[in-house]
Amino acid sequence: MALAQSDDIAEKQSDSGKSVREYLSSHLREYGLLFALIAIMVFFQVVTDGTLLRAVNITNLLLQNSYIIIMALGMLVVIVSGNIDLSVGSVMGFIGALAAVMMVHFDQPMYVTVVVCLITGALIGAAQGYWVAYWKIPSFIVTLAGMLVFRGLSLWLLEGQSVGPFPREFQVIANGFVPDIFPPVIGETIAGIFAERQVNTLALAAGILAAASLVWIGLRQRARNRAYGIVDEPRGFFIARNAIVAAAIIFITYKLSTFRGLPNVLITMGVLTVVYAFLTQNTTIGRRVYALGGNEKAAKLSGIKTERLTFLAFMNMGFLAAAAGLVFAARLNTATPKAGFALELDVIAAVFIGGASMSGGVGRIIGAVVGAFLMGVLNNGMSIMGIGIDYQQMIKGLVLLAAVVFDVYNKRKQG
Amino acid sequence: MTTLLEMREITKEFPGVRALDRVSIAVKQGEIHAICGENGAGKSTLMKVLSGVYPTGSYEGEMTFEGEPIAFRDISDSEARGIIIIHQELALVPQLSIAENIFLGNERAKRGVIDWRETNTRTEELLAKVGLKEPPTTKVDAIGVGKQQLVEIAKALSKDVKLLILDEPTAALQENDSRKLLDLMLELKAQGVTCIIISHKLGEVRYVADTVTVIRDGMTVSTLDASEGLSEDRIVRDMVGRDMTHRFPEHHRKPAEVLMEVSGWNAWHPQHAERQVIKNASFTVRRGEVVGIAGVMGSGRTELAMSIFGQSYGRNISGEVKLGGKPVDVSSVDKAIHAGISYVTEDRKSLGLVLDETIRFNTTLAHLEGVSSGGILNRNEETRVAERYRDALNIRTPSVFQKTINLSGGNQQKVVLAKWLNTAPEVLILDEPTRGIDVGAKYEIYTIINELAAEGKGVVMISSEMPELIGMCDRIYVMNEGALVGELAAGEASQEKIMSLIVNE
Repeated sequence: MALAQSDDIAEKQSDSGKSVREYLSSHLREYGLLFALIAIMVFFQVVTDGTLLRAVNITNLLLQNSYIIIMALGMLVVIVSGNIDLSVGSVMGFIGALAAVMMVHFDQPMYVTVVVCLITGALIGAAQGYWVAYWKIPSFIVTLAGMLVFRGLSLWLLEGQSVGPFPREFQVIANGFVPDIFPPVIGETIAGIFAERQVNTLALAAGILAAASLVWIGLRQRARNRAYGIVDEPRGFFIARNAIVAAAIIFITYKLSTFRGLPNVLITMGVLTVVYAFLTQNTTIGRRVYALGGNEKAAKLSGIKTERLTFLAFMNMGFLAAAAGLVFAARLNTATPKAGFALELDVIAAVFIGGASMSGGVGRIIGAVVGAFLMGVLNNGMSIMGIGIDYQQMIKGLVLLAAVVFDVYNKRKQG
Repeated sequence: MTTLLEMREITKEFPGVRALDRVSIAVKQGEIHAICGENGAGKSTLMKVLSGVYPTGSYEGEMTFEGEPIAFRDISDSEARGIIIIHQELALVPQLSIAENIFLGNERAKRGVIDWRETNTRTEELLAKVGLKEPPTTKVDAIGVGKQQLVEIAKALSKDVKLLILDEPTAALQENDSRKLLDLMLELKAQGVTCIIISHKLGEVRYVADTVTVIRDGMTVSTLDASEGLSEDRIVRDMVGRDMTHRFPEHHRKPAEVLMEVSGWNAWHPQHAERQVIKNASFTVRRGEVVGIAGVMGSGRTELAMSIFGQSYGRNISGEVKLGGKPVDVSSVDKAIHAGISYVTEDRKSLGLVLDETIRFNTTLAHLEGVSSGGILNRNEETRVAERYRDALNIRTPSVFQKTINLSGGNQQKVVLAKWLNTAPEVLILDEPTRGIDVGAKYEIYTIINELAAEGKGVVMISSEMPELIGMCDRIYVMNEGALVGELAAGEASQEKIMSLIVNE
C-alpha cells in the first residue's frame, strides 16, 4: 500500500525548489490521513493501556477489517468512475449464504464453492453494471434496487436461518495463519533475545522484506524523478515518511510473529491492495477510469469505451464483494441473513475518508485502505474502551464529515 | 466626468503564478471601458477580484467605488453595491423560465409567496428594455445563446445596476446578434449605466469603447482614450508586446492528392428522430490543404464533424468516408482515431479536457498505447511526450504536471491540440479552434495549422469568423441548414460571397 503512496507523492511534482511549507500545504491531504491514523492509534494505545497494539488485538484488527478493505478496493474504482455501489453489503451477505448452502446443504467441495461464488459475484456486478453502463440508469438507483434484491435473496436462500458450521479448510480462508517455513531454532533464538514466548520467523522476515522493498521502490522513484528535475518532496520528509511506514510495518509484523504469525487474510489483502494500486495508477485501463470519472464526455471523444469501463468497474466490484463475502462467512463460521447489513456504508465511508470525490475522477487505493484502517481502529479502540455503540456511530459519522470538510477546505484554499 | 471605480495596485497570486502584478484601472462614470489583453493576461482574474469571487484578503491592493473604499467577501456583496458581472459562461438555469431566471434569488414575493403577476409584468418591462421579444414564461433552454445573453443583461438591470461587467459577451454570438448586443450597450450607456467589457474582438472594442485599458502578463500596459482615436494596430501591439502587421501567418501551400472524401453523408437528430440534421453532405480534403466550413451557428457544422468522428453525434447515420481512396470504418470514436481522423472540439472545457487532471494526463489520453506496453503505462515516457508537445506548441506552464483547469483558454486549446496531434492523425477537423482565445494565441494556432498542412496532413477548419476562414483556407465550403450549399476557392472567397450563399440558398 505504501508502494502506491510513495509513487503518488513523487508523481505530483511541479516546481522544484519550493519551500517546505508550500510543499506541505499542497500535500496536506496525503500526510494528513497518515498522521490522523497514527494519532488515533497513539491515542487509543494510551487510553487502552496498551491493549490496542497487543499482538492478539492487531491480529483481530486485521481480521475484522479485511472484508471492508477488500470491498473498498472495488468501491474506490466505482467511485472514481463517477458511480456508487450501495449493494455491496447485501451482495456480500448473499454470497456468504450461497457458500453456506452449497457446502453445508449440498456438500459441495470447498474449491468448487469458492469458484462458483466468485463467478456469481462477478455476474451480479455485471448485471448491475449493465443497467448503469448501457441504459444510463443512475447507479444509486440500480444498486439501491440490488441492495434490496440481494438482501431478500439471502433471506430466501437461508430460509431465515443461520447455516453452518463450515468445513475446516474453508474457515482457514479467514482464520488461518501462514505456517512458519523457517527452522524453529531461528524463531526460538529471536524469541530468546527479545524475551518473547515465541516468534514466527516467516512473519518477521516478510515484514522486513516488505519494508525494505518499499524503501527501495521509493528511492528508485525519487532518483528517477530527480533525473527529470521534478523532485519537490524535501529530503527530510522523504526520510521521515519512509522511516515511519517501514517501522510501522516491521513493528506490526513483529507483533504478529509473537502471536500466530501472518494471517492468511493479510496476504490476500496485501496482494489485492498492491494489485489494485498498480492497476489504477500504472495501467491504461486505470488511467481511463480516472478520465471517465473526471469528464465522461471528453473521455468518450478521446476514443475511450466509457460504457464498457463502467460495466467492468461494477463487475469488478461484484467479484470483490464475493471475495469479501467468503472471508466474512469463513470468519464467522456461519452464514446469517443479517450478514453484511449496512456494511456498504462503512465501505463507502472508508473511500471518502481516503480522499475520493463524490463527483468522480479523484481518489487513490492507498487512501481507501488507510481510510478503512482508520475506521477500523476507531471501532476497535472504542470497543476496547467500552464506549457504547450509540456513541461509536456518532463519532464515526463526525469523522467522515470532518474528513470530507477537510478535503473541501483544502481544495478551496488552493483556489 | 467623475471616477466611478478605481482599482489600485491590485496583486493576486496563485500557487506558482502571479496572475496580477500591481494592476491599476480607473473607470469613469457613464463610460464604456474596454479591457483588452491576451488570454492569461489577467483580465478575468481582475474582474473576479472586483466582483468578490476572490474575497478581500486573498489579494493585495485597494479599490474605491463611488469614492468609498470597497472590499467584498463574495459576489452578493458586490451585487449589493450595484456591480454586476456577466460571465462568459452564462449563469442561467435552463429548466426555469426567463422570468424565474431574472428574479432568481431576488423573487417578487410577499412572505415567501411569489407574486407571479408582478414577476411577469416586471420581466416584460425589462425584456422590452433589452429588446427581447419573448414571453416571460419561455424556458431559457428554448432560446438561443444570443437571447440568453440578453436575459442575463435584463437580470442585471433588474438589480439596479451601476456598473455592468461583460466578460467576452459576444464570444458565442453570430455577427448580427453581436451587433445588437453592442448597440444595447450603447443604449444602456445613454441611460447612465457604466460598463466594462472584456473582449478579444477589437472591431467591437472600437465600436463601443470610450476608454481601453490593455493588460499584458498581469500588468497594465496602457490606457487609451477613444476621443484621441483608437487604432487596432496600437491595441494589438500593446496586447502582444510586438507589432503584428499580419493577422495570419503567410503560407504557400501546394495541396496534393485527395486524402479524405466524404460522400452522401446523412444524420438525424439523436432525440427528434424525424429531424434530418445533415443532408447529403459531400466534401473532399487534399493532402496539405486547409479546408474551411463556414456557416451560421446551428447550420450543422459541428454535427457534421462529430457524426463523421465515430458517430459522436446523431443517429441513423449513412454515407461513406474514404481515406486515401479506401473506405474506412468510422462507426466508433476509437475506429475513427485508428483510421487517422482527429476532431478538436469547439467546447474544450466540457468536451476536450479532463480539467482536474494535468497537462500530461490530457496530452496522452487519446493515445495511451503510445506510452504503454501491454497495458502498463510508462510514465517517464508520458512525461517526455507531454514535454515535447509543451515545447512544440509553446504551452505556457511551469510544468506538465500543472492541472489544465489552471491554464488560460489559449493554453488549454493547445493542450487539446497536443492530445490530438499525439494520435498522429492524417486528417484534423478543428471546430472553432480559436474561439475565446486572444490574438497572440490565435496567431500561434494558425502557425500550427500551417505546419500541419506543410507536413501533408489534411485540415478541416470550422469557424464562425469569416475573416479567419478567408485568411487561412485554400477552399471554403458553405453550410446552411444541414447541407453544403457552396464551395469557394481561396481567391474568390469574401465575406459577402459567403453570406450571399447562406442567404440565397
